[in-house]
Amino acid sequence: MSVVGVVVQVVLLVVLAPYLVGLMRQVRARMEGRAGAGFGQPWRDLRKQFRKEPITPAGSSWVFAAAPAVLVATTLVIATVAPFVATVSPLDGIADLFAVVALLLLGTVALALAGLDTGTAFGGMGASREITVAALAEPTILLAGFALSARVGTTNLAAIVERGQQAPGDVLSPASLLAAVALAVVVIAEAGRLPVDNPSTHLELTMIHEAMVLEYAGRDLALVEFASALRLTVLLGLWSSLFLPWGVATSASPVALLIGVVAFVAKVAVLGAVLAAGEVFMAKLRLFRVPELLAGSFLFGLLAVSSSFFLA
Amino acid sequence: MTIGWALLGVLVVAGLGALGAFAADPRRRAVIAGLSTVAAGAFGVLAGVLALGGRTFSTTIPELLPLSEASVAVDALSGLFCLLIGGVAVVAGIYSIGYFGGGHAGSRSAQGLLPLFVAAMIMIPAAGNVTTFLVLWELMALASLALVLAEHRLRPAVRDAGVWYGAMTHAGLVAILLGLVLFASMAGGESFEVLRAAQLSEGARSVVFVLILIGFGSKAGLVPLHVWLPRAHPEAPSPVSALMSAAMVKLGLYGVLRVGLDLLGGGPRWWWMLVLTVGGVSALYGVLQASVAVDLKRLLGYSTTENLGLIFLGVGAGGMFAAAGNRTLASLLIAAAVLHALNHAGFKTLLFLGAGSVLRATGVRDLDDLGGLVSRMPVTAALFGVGALAAAALPPGNGFVSEWLLVQGLIHGLPGADAVTAVSMPLAVGVVALTAGLGVATFVKAFGVGFLARPRSESAAAAKESPLSMRGAMLLAAVVCTGLAVVPASLGPTLARMLEVLPSVRDGSPLRGGVTLRLAGIQGSMSPLLILAGLLLAALLVVALVRRGLPRRVSLVWGCGGTRLDPRMEYTATSFAEPLTRVFDDVLRPENDLDVTHHAESQYLIESVQYRQRVDDRLEGALYPPVLAAGNKFGVVLSRLQNGSVHRYLALGLAGLIAVLVVVGLTT
Repeated sequence: MSVVGVVVQVVLLVVLAPYLVGLMRQVRARMEGRAGAGFGQPWRDLRKQFRKEPITPAGSSWVFAAAPAVLVATTLVIATVAPFVATVSPLDGIADLFAVVALLLLGTVALALAGLDTGTAFGGMGASREITVAALAEPTILLAGFALSARVGTTNLAAIVERGQQAPGDVLSPASLLAAVALAVVVIAEAGRLPVDNPSTHLELTMIHEAMVLEYAGRDLALVEFASALRLTVLLGLWSSLFLPWGVATSASPVALLIGVVAFVAKVAVLGAVLAAGEVFMAKLRLFRVPELLAGSFLFGLLAVSSSFFLA
Repeated sequence: MTIGWALLGVLVVAGLGALGAFAADPRRRAVIAGLSTVAAGAFGVLAGVLALGGRTFSTTIPELLPLSEASVAVDALSGLFCLLIGGVAVVAGIYSIGYFGGGHAGSRSAQGLLPLFVAAMIMIPAAGNVTTFLVLWELMALASLALVLAEHRLRPAVRDAGVWYGAMTHAGLVAILLGLVLFASMAGGESFEVLRAAQLSEGARSVVFVLILIGFGSKAGLVPLHVWLPRAHPEAPSPVSALMSAAMVKLGLYGVLRVGLDLLGGGPRWWWMLVLTVGGVSALYGVLQASVAVDLKRLLGYSTTENLGLIFLGVGAGGMFAAAGNRTLASLLIAAAVLHALNHAGFKTLLFLGAGSVLRATGVRDLDDLGGLVSRMPVTAALFGVGALAAAALPPGNGFVSEWLLVQGLIHGLPGADAVTAVSMPLAVGVVALTAGLGVATFVKAFGVGFLARPRSESAAAAKESPLSMRGAMLLAAVVCTGLAVVPASLGPTLARMLEVLPSVRDGSPLRGGVTLRLAGIQGSMSPLLILAGLLLAALLVVALVRRGLPRRVSLVWGCGGTRLDPRMEYTATSFAEPLTRVFDDVLRPENDLDVTHHAESQYLIESVQYRQRVDDRLEGALYPPVLAAGNKFGVVLSRLQNGSVHRYLALGLAGLIAVLVVVGLTT
């Protein structure tokens, strides 16, 4: 029953996503010499906010009200189709790398439109910056995807993961390593982490994501917060499935699924902790230096493609 | 019912409609012109469907054109373009009834020429010899020029646009004329049959190809011959903008496919490298200009250059694989390009019609003065949103499907490729990706700034929803877009039949599958329908789960401790695009003016600050002034020859005649 795998995967991601954020905050807190609020704090915040009334700013439209649901929906679809726990999902026929990337972008667009819809300078500023970063990250994603699919002959995620398990040498090839670096930068940019964006700032000079969602309150805010936690999990999960494919179940047997779940949790937790630890030592880049970072990652993507051709 | 009757129907209906619109009184004019445009478009769709169903049709009427004959030859490739143009015409015709009618009376000539313009466009793909093709091409050019000039009394910019369009379209015609006449003279006949069978030397074929690429490329709005497009499309009445931007520019694609891949039967790789490069540069340049454009219709015009660039990029890559003998990828890429042409026709019609609705309701094209329309014009706003989603190439829009196909075709070229392909394909993917990313920024700006938030001007605040016929036309276009988006695989057999016409490309059906789109020959699958269903299901689930609890409350926007925010504090299109302008500073070279007016009493007090930013078309500024200056100088020199004396002119005529005779005598 491969449907079980899909359900397990979605439930796992939904439950774990806020804990991942909690883990990352806790790692940062401990490294900065604070006690921290504990892993469960994001879930407690969400529970509190879900019970509060949502507030729509006067003059905004249905776009503002609909955006959080669209954002969660796009991320949920990715959480359903992508091979995080198992590659034998009944939906893996549509788990295309480029479709997944486009869905992530759709979520970004929904939130950017909501930011513009509030009609505040903050909303517009956040939307403008977020879209600029997303637009410049797009070429890197497609080129890195190109490099990864060149050796497999398809952009189907399940096929790429299975190939990575069968031929571990491919994962350590120069093309794959270069693509890993390129995609890591993009994951950081898309997830809104340091040094591109600081998720815990409310300073207008540096805000990107937070500026867009400034007007959200109550239930809407809970959805937005939950969606960004889920997006972070999905992005780290994608990266780990592509570059550390070991453990992802290739059959629907319960043991394989269990290994898949454990491997996924371990990989994402380690990646999250590394990311959080890195953030302690890093300052946010000036906004207009971010394109340089993304141009650098584009270069890595181009190198990945050419090395997959010339060094193959 | 045969194709011949359908095409005759196009001509008869359009002719009667034009006569009727010129003769009728102003109140009925819009209805007559609109309905005859719809009927002509419907006959065009019929002819296209019949031709794509496998029928062909050809006839010649020797009496119709002097020194030659009128020839019509319809195959599946013609049919596809008849279908595309006819479909756009049906929608634009319905829309024009509301747009021109009721107080917003367009000129008599604009409405009378609308059906004729449509008829000329539908007939061009059906032309069967060079003369017929060129006559129809010129008829289309003249009709569209008159339509662009329709509102010349209202705005001086229209005249400027008309001059540019007239000059560029005729320069393009000269290139096509030279190319095709050269081709025909070397082939020894002008019917497409003869041209197809002709055995020409490599050099001669290349000259013909480069000439027709210049001509058709200028019609398709490709860089650097795009300069007419961002001028003419905004200034034309909106249904005409839609027809020009969605249908007419596609005839440039038709020309390259027909002459390059059918009549010349494909060619060496460097031809297609050229097409690929021109397409890639156009895509990037177009989207970059669109992303910083502030005028809504100018933005859409540049986006047309972008999309045609992507289409030509696909054709170029497909031609490269065809030249290398890889039919699987060649057919996939050409199919992707043609599918993108269909998708672009759908969403660009919708977007221009939406922009026309906004223009009609507010009188404003400048995004910086719009806003708040989503509550004032809800239908227009929602339908424009559908078009913008498609144009941004995001799922579940239709633009996503064809761009996905394009990228699939490009990335599968790497295994077994040589160095040229291995370098050009990744760059092409990078171009497509950056174009897609900037396209998202462009359309978030267009929809977010144009329609959302609070109105930034009084005219936007007073906007009213458009009449029924305009909303109906936009709804029809949106339905077609959705259909193309959800079940693209159903077009597989149709595209395969079209590819049959192209000898170096044909290779079964490149697209397969029903719900899930599958590619033939390479691994790849994607299901737009399942993505849409999944999104809807997930959104419903989220809404159902969180709906319980407290109701939504409307409250003031947080004013940073101040009082109410006024619309001048909102982000505008200019400020939205500012980070992009800054990133692409070297390419765009924006001009910034800052005027600070100091207080009379003290220069430490500032009375007002004015900031202006202009982003001009830099390619135009670099390439065109020298050409225009040289043309002027040439004119001045030539004017010395004509001093008004009849004797001088007679002597010149005699000298010219002798020169011709000498040349003829020496060459034969």
